[in-house]
Amino acid sequence: MPTLHALANPARFLRIARPLTPWLWWLGVALVAFGGWAGLTQTPPDYLQGETVRILYVHVPAAWLGMGGWSAIAIASTAFLVWRHPLAEVAARAAAVPGATFAALCLVTGAIWGRPTWGTWWQWDGRLTSMLLLFFVYLGYIALSNADRERGGDGRVPAIYGIAGTVLLPIIRYSVVWWNTLHQGPSIGLTSSTIDRSLLWPLPFMLLGFSCLFGAIVLMRMRAILAAAKAEARLRRRALA
Amino acid sequence: MTPKSQRMTLVLLGLVALAAAALLALSGLRGQAAFFYAPSDVRGALPAPDRAVRLGGMVERGSVRRAGDGVSIAFTVTDGQATTPVRFSGIAPDLFREGSGVVAEGHFNPDGSFSATNLLAKHDEKYMPPQMAGKMHETRTLEKQ
Repeated sequence: MPTLHALANPARFLRIARPLTPWLWWLGVALVAFGGWAGLTQTPPDYLQGETVRILYVHVPAAWLGMGGWSAIAIASTAFLVWRHPLAEVAARAAAVPGATFAALCLVTGAIWGRPTWGTWWQWDGRLTSMLLLFFVYLGYIALSNADRERGGDGRVPAIYGIAGTVLLPIIRYSVVWWNTLHQGPSIGLTSSTIDRSLLWPLPFMLLGFSCLFGAIVLMRMRAILAAAKAEARLRRRALA
Repeated sequence: MTPKSQRMTLVLLGLVALAAAALLALSGLRGQAAFFYAPSDVRGALPAPDRAVRLGGMVERGSVRRAGDGVSIAFTVTDGQATTPVRFSGIAPDLFREGSGVVAEGHFNPDGSFSATNLLAKHDEKYMPPQMAGKMHETRTLEKQ
């Protein structure tokens, strides 16, 4: 039976995932709590934006994870298409909702920051529009993979969609370089940053913390998807017996 | 070729085709997808006065003149190569100031000046605490190198 075969590997995965989930979760909570406290009380305000600058400690990790979530979907979809690894499809589906949530969080915090800084909640500039597009692509992926599952599909169509969506990632990244945009250019490069160190240092804690939370949520969702598949297979067997 | 490497090749080919299509579309969009015109973009080819456009650049230092009515301001936008005089009546955002980035919504007049109906402040990518921001801070991001 194909379901049993698919569960052979997940059993090994579950043995690692079960204890890893709470570790990741609480580490993430601790890091975000510390980073949030530091970002709210231990850093100076910006010389121009004032206290509004503190939203970057949520906005930047949300943006990175919104894009990172789609990279995860693309990598997992490739693994599923090429190696037919059943867990990869589960991982891609599990990453979609947290990824979409972070993309939405990025858009909302950006709007809240934009109102006092730019004088507008929303403008159709390259960065804002491409990020909104990524959010919609997430929604499309969630709908497509749910429909594929309900109709007993083999997961190939959502996987192809997952790979195709990666086109957006470099567009989002370079939109502020290629075009005139209202959004400022990149502040943080690989080796240097135009954000002063006294303002920047809580950001890595927030990034790592949100990433841990993201990982914990993906593991939880993967376990839930596997448990649902197992329960379904058991019900089917009982109905046949 | 094993089925596995065949599938790998297919995925890679698909990605390359997709990236090429995206690049083509983007290079086609290049001129149109800009959020605003810079003063040097419109030299010689002014957008028609009835077209709603945006003009972006730096507010030239020393150029802001406030009228007696309290709401009208006039200033010059520069991108380091060309300048455009702008007139605006209304409430400017808090971050609107000389030497800083601005995006004005409105239309060009036939004489090359710009009438703005709305102003947006453009923030740059530099963040620093207040005590550091003395004369050393010069916004340069909107000027063309």
